[in-house]
Amino acid sequence: MLRLALRMLLRDARAGELRVLALGLVLAVGGIASVAFFADRVRQALTREAHQVLGADVLMTADHAWTPEFRDEIARRGLSRAESMNFVSMARAGNETLLAAVKAVSPGYPLRGKLRIAPGLNVPDSDTDAVPPRGMVWLDERMMAALKVGRGDAIEVGRARFRVGAVLTLEPDRGVSFMNFAPRLMVRLEDLPATGLVQPGSRINYQLLAAGEREGIRQFEQWARARLGRGERIDSLENARPEVRAGLDRAQSFLGLTAMLAVVLSAVAIALGTRRYTQRHLDGYAVMRCMGASQSQLFALFTWEFLWLALAASLAGCVLGFGVQTLVAWWLAALIPGTLPPPGLSPVLQGAATGFVLLLGFALPPLLQLKEVPALRVIRRDVGPPRQGALAVYIMGLAAVFGLLLWHAGELKLASYVFGGFAAAFGLSAAIAYGALRLIGRFGRTGSVSWRYGLANLLRRPHANAVQIVAIAVGLTAILLLTMIRGDLLDAWRERVPPDAPDRFLVNIQPEQRQALSEFLERNGVERLQAFPMVRARLVAINGKPVGAEDYSEERAKRQIEREFNVTYLSALPADNKLTEGAWFGAGDLARGAVSIEHWIAERFGIRIGDTLEFLSAGRSFSAPVTSVRTLDWGSMRPNFFFITTPALLESFPASYISSFHAPAGDALLTLRLSQAFPNLTVIDVSVILRQLQFVMDQLIGAVQLVFLFALGAGVLVLYAALLATQDERTHEAAVMRALGASRAQVLAAQRAEFAVLGAIAGLLGSFGATAIGWTLATRVFQLDFIWDGWVWLAGPALGVACVVLNAWAGARAALGRPPIAALREAS
Amino acid sequence: MPGEAVAIVGASGSGKSTLLGLLAGLDTPSSGQVQLDGADLFGLDEDGRAALRARLLGFVFQSFQLLPALSAVENVMLPLELAGEAGAADRAAKMLSRVGLGERLRHYPKTLSGGEQQRVALARAFVTQPKLLLADEPTGNLDAATGAGVIELMFEMNAEAHTTLVLVTHDEAIAGRCRRKIRLVAGRIDGEG
Repeated sequence: MLRLALRMLLRDARAGELRVLALGLVLAVGGIASVAFFADRVRQALTREAHQVLGADVLMTADHAWTPEFRDEIARRGLSRAESMNFVSMARAGNETLLAAVKAVSPGYPLRGKLRIAPGLNVPDSDTDAVPPRGMVWLDERMMAALKVGRGDAIEVGRARFRVGAVLTLEPDRGVSFMNFAPRLMVRLEDLPATGLVQPGSRINYQLLAAGEREGIRQFEQWARARLGRGERIDSLENARPEVRAGLDRAQSFLGLTAMLAVVLSAVAIALGTRRYTQRHLDGYAVMRCMGASQSQLFALFTWEFLWLALAASLAGCVLGFGVQTLVAWWLAALIPGTLPPPGLSPVLQGAATGFVLLLGFALPPLLQLKEVPALRVIRRDVGPPRQGALAVYIMGLAAVFGLLLWHAGELKLASYVFGGFAAAFGLSAAIAYGALRLIGRFGRTGSVSWRYGLANLLRRPHANAVQIVAIAVGLTAILLLTMIRGDLLDAWRERVPPDAPDRFLVNIQPEQRQALSEFLERNGVERLQAFPMVRARLVAINGKPVGAEDYSEERAKRQIEREFNVTYLSALPADNKLTEGAWFGAGDLARGAVSIEHWIAERFGIRIGDTLEFLSAGRSFSAPVTSVRTLDWGSMRPNFFFITTPALLESFPASYISSFHAPAGDALLTLRLSQAFPNLTVIDVSVILRQLQFVMDQLIGAVQLVFLFALGAGVLVLYAALLATQDERTHEAAVMRALGASRAQVLAAQRAEFAVLGAIAGLLGSFGATAIGWTLATRVFQLDFIWDGWVWLAGPALGVACVVLNAWAGARAALGRPPIAALREAS
Repeated sequence: MPGEAVAIVGASGSGKSTLLGLLAGLDTPSSGQVQLDGADLFGLDEDGRAALRARLLGFVFQSFQLLPALSAVENVMLPLELAGEAGAADRAAKMLSRVGLGERLRHYPKTLSGGEQQRVALARAFVTQPKLLLADEPTGNLDAATGAGVIELMFEMNAEAHTTLVLVTHDEAIAGRCRRKIRLVAGRIDGEG
């Protein structure tokens, strides 16, 4: 049976019977595999990118020197290693002195990402693999400006004298921590003892960095975590900067969505291909029944044939997918800085599994239908299988698609939205298409004979055409959705860090300084400084039950609960905050006192609406119930607070103020002047961090766009397959019309009229579907503001007409290029 | 000669249908020419030949070749409409009544029997009042009784319209009803009578 099925497959293939189905399948698997291959590589690149934020795959930090045990273990496991020590110290150059954040690094630092240096201020910078040479230090721009030094000038740190080697313009791992508020001075680790700054009791931060292949890193991290002592911690991707993590999560959602669209498009192609195949095999089936084959025999035979087909097409698709993604990666290498990691094996499995599931989901039900073909068909061609509702036939296919969506998305919510969106678009489209055809049939029957025949043709097979319109509308929906997501959702995402986002934080503003500070900044081109009161307080009890580090297992929770939080009080919800639960302070809350808390903090500490929180601040305590939970926009670069209370609750507590502003371009010394005018203020310059964040975002967006480009191509291909499905019929009808004396122009015009109307309806439906799904995704899944795009309503029909007419033109040319007799004979 | 009926007979593969295709200008010859109503068929381009077909020719095929998307009356209207002639609907309905399908105007091909489909094809062939009717094994897909009925109808209509009929068949009895009989063997005329 297996061999017979294989022979049948080869015969069918030779006879060209499988061309459409196989092509559809190969394209489907190829599309999915290439998206999966590419997404896999991009995902790896994203992970690597994120590791640059740590400067390593694993970053270990301690308040004392690491024991040799850890260092040796890194070496023993064949991982690469680097070290750094961080502390704050005074640096002197000439008459100038400045508090510097000193970082002493070993050669090889950083293990992930690259430092960038420039030979002087305002000179183009470039990547470097080196660290400062012996006797040299690298300073950041602020430090160079403040100390008024240039390359080659002398600088003193502790008891040692160094020369300035370069301007340090970018550190991949420079995060937001107190250490980094001060300008940077980087020195070689071997030079550190000479400074005499490392003494018992010095506040030094010791870092051990490790990097290597994934499995080795995972094992090492596991090993090290079990041996961490007091004051030692491991940073991994999970607790890296939240704004980067949010970016990564969103990028992965986008990539998953793209793969899911490929799945839906493939399903359409395969459904169309199978329909054509079974229609063409009704006769052969009846003949075999006549020759004595049993139903079950034939069913098994066809099933095996399809399994062979799935295998062959999946292999071919994976090869195609690999080839295409290699090409795309090579072609667009410039867009992705650095080299992409090589693809893994999992996309092959993904592609193949997808191919099998899709083929069986969509091919088996029609095959079952084929089983019902009576042998009588040999004599009477009009006897076909009993008709069944399309839904009954494709219910298995739909289930298969949903399964695949779920698998690719890895998330029920997203899969449900996309599946629901497409299902709704399908049903509604079919109904609207049918209605539109009827309407056109009633009112559109004037004009030339070609026009009327084109329209009549549409109307006279309304069901088949409604299905075809839906198929094309799905393709267009996908295309429009992808372009809309690219255009609108990515814009919305990018706008989270607008170019005028604040890049300087001011901490420790005293209440009486607010006015003077605001005036100072206004004179320097900064408008409307908004300052938030900040009370430092420790969370001591939840619902009257004292809490401490021992109540939590998560490292970060342990650290946070022992420290003071910055708590602010406000009567209005900050613009970038969004409530996820509860309600913002009402009049009653303002009178009684209430707390609004941040979403992650609520999760981390298991706090729910209605819980009463007790805080301790400067020896005094205050408590209030939680009335709302908020999400913060980490990309906004404005002061964000985990806890916000009602004003009355905290007004009597000693507070300082915090603010942020965007420094006017070209005023490099504003920070310095500010520090001189208000010596007690701490000015935190986050422009470097912002620049880095923007860079990471740009990379993510670039990668996402590449993958989108690809799914877009798949959409066009499915569109083509949908139109190919009726090609036979059209070729034949063109030949009959030719035999009856129709001119080329008449045949072409009739087809053009038919296709133009078909394309326009499909296009309008596509616009509708894409808008609906885009809106759902934007508002319900990605929590972005949906931007209404009027162009989509023009682009949809235009694209529909263009695609369909172009295809009709190519198809009609093919049909008219041959003598009519050939097409007539083929049909008989 | 107008009104004359010619049968082309021969074994399967002898070139009967190819000859018919050439006569209609549906196929192109590697050499030689076909004169149709004084015009050199292959001196014209495809559209020229199509225009000639619209003006002169009617067709009946073995496999009917009705357009599945069109109802019986619409199939018959099609050649009239393509030629831009007026009153297509009335003339088509009349012609369908002539072939005994006056009650089935709105039926689609798939709901008609083989015999009925071939009658629609006959109506379509005669509705333009062609000078020449080309019939390719018109009973090839029909059972004997139905086939005989269709042939009877075809000869009747042919006589009424004074159309020249070229009939390809391998049925000697049908061929016998034609005035002339051309026998093809391996693509060559083997005898005429």
